[in-house]
Amino acid sequence: MFGQILFGIMALVIVVTSIWVVAVRNPVRSALNLVANFFALAVLYLLLYAQFVAAVQVIVYAGAIMVLFLFTIMLLNLGAPAELAERFEWKRPITWGLALLFVIVLAGGVFARLGEAQPVPDNIGTVQMVGKYLFTDWVYPFELTSVLLLIAIVGAIVMAKRRL
Amino acid sequence: MEAIPISWFLVLSAFMFAMGVTGVVIRRNPIVIFMCIELMLNAANLAFLAFARQQAQLGAQVAGQVYTILVMAVAAAEVAIGLGIIVAIYRLRDTINVDEMNLLKF
Repeated sequence: MFGQILFGIMALVIVVTSIWVVAVRNPVRSALNLVANFFALAVLYLLLYAQFVAAVQVIVYAGAIMVLFLFTIMLLNLGAPAELAERFEWKRPITWGLALLFVIVLAGGVFARLGEAQPVPDNIGTVQMVGKYLFTDWVYPFELTSVLLLIAIVGAIVMAKRRL
Repeated sequence: MEAIPISWFLVLSAFMFAMGVTGVVIRRNPIVIFMCIELMLNAANLAFLAFARQQAQLGAQVAGQVYTILVMAVAAAEVAIGLGIIVAIYRLRDTINVDEMNLLKF
C-alpha cells in the first residue's frame, strides 16, 4: 500500500510538472519544473528496484544537465525575451488534443495487455549488479559510449571557438 | 514492498512522451524544445526500467538498467552539442527564435 501511495504522489508531481514545462512561458521556470520532474522520476526508479539508475538520475540529470540548461539561459540572458513571446496559433490546441488522444490510445492498449508485475530479486539495480553486466555483456556499447562522449566534447569545442 | 502494476508506469511514460512531443511542436524557444526532448528521453528510460522489471531472467532485468545508463550518456552528449549550437546561433544572429531559423527550408 505504501508503494502505491508513493507512486500516486510522484505520478501527480510528474504529470503537473510535465505540463508546466510545456505550458509556462518563462524558460527558467520550465527548467525548474523539469528538475522537480527528474527528482520525482528518481523516486519512481527506486520503486522499480533501480537504485543505481536513480542515483545517476539525480546526479547527472538534475545536477549536471539542468545546470547546463540554466547556465545557457542565464548566459544568453533569455529570462523572458519579448521576441520569443508565443502567439496564439491553431496548431496549439490541436497539438494538445492530439497528445491527449495519444495518451488515451496508449493507455487503453497497455491496460488491455499487461497484467501484474513479476516478483524480482531486489538487488537487480545495485551498483554491483549493473556494473557486472555493464563490463561483461555490455562492454562494447559501453566503450562506444565513451567514443560518443569524446565526439561530443570535440564538437562542442569546434562550435564554441571562433578560430582553432 | 508489494508490486505496483507495470501498466501504471507505462501510462505515466506515455504521458511524459506526449508532453514532450507537444512541447517540441508548439514552443518556439529552442532551449525549451531541448527540455522537451529530455522529457521524451526520460519517458523512454521509465519504460525501459518498467519492462526490465517485467522480465523473467536476471540478464534481461539488468539489461534494461544498462540501457537506461546508455540513454543518459546519449542525452548528456546531445545537450552539450545542442546548447553549443544554440550559443553559436545566438552569437551569429542575435536571436534564437526557431521560426527565423529557416535557411535549410529552401
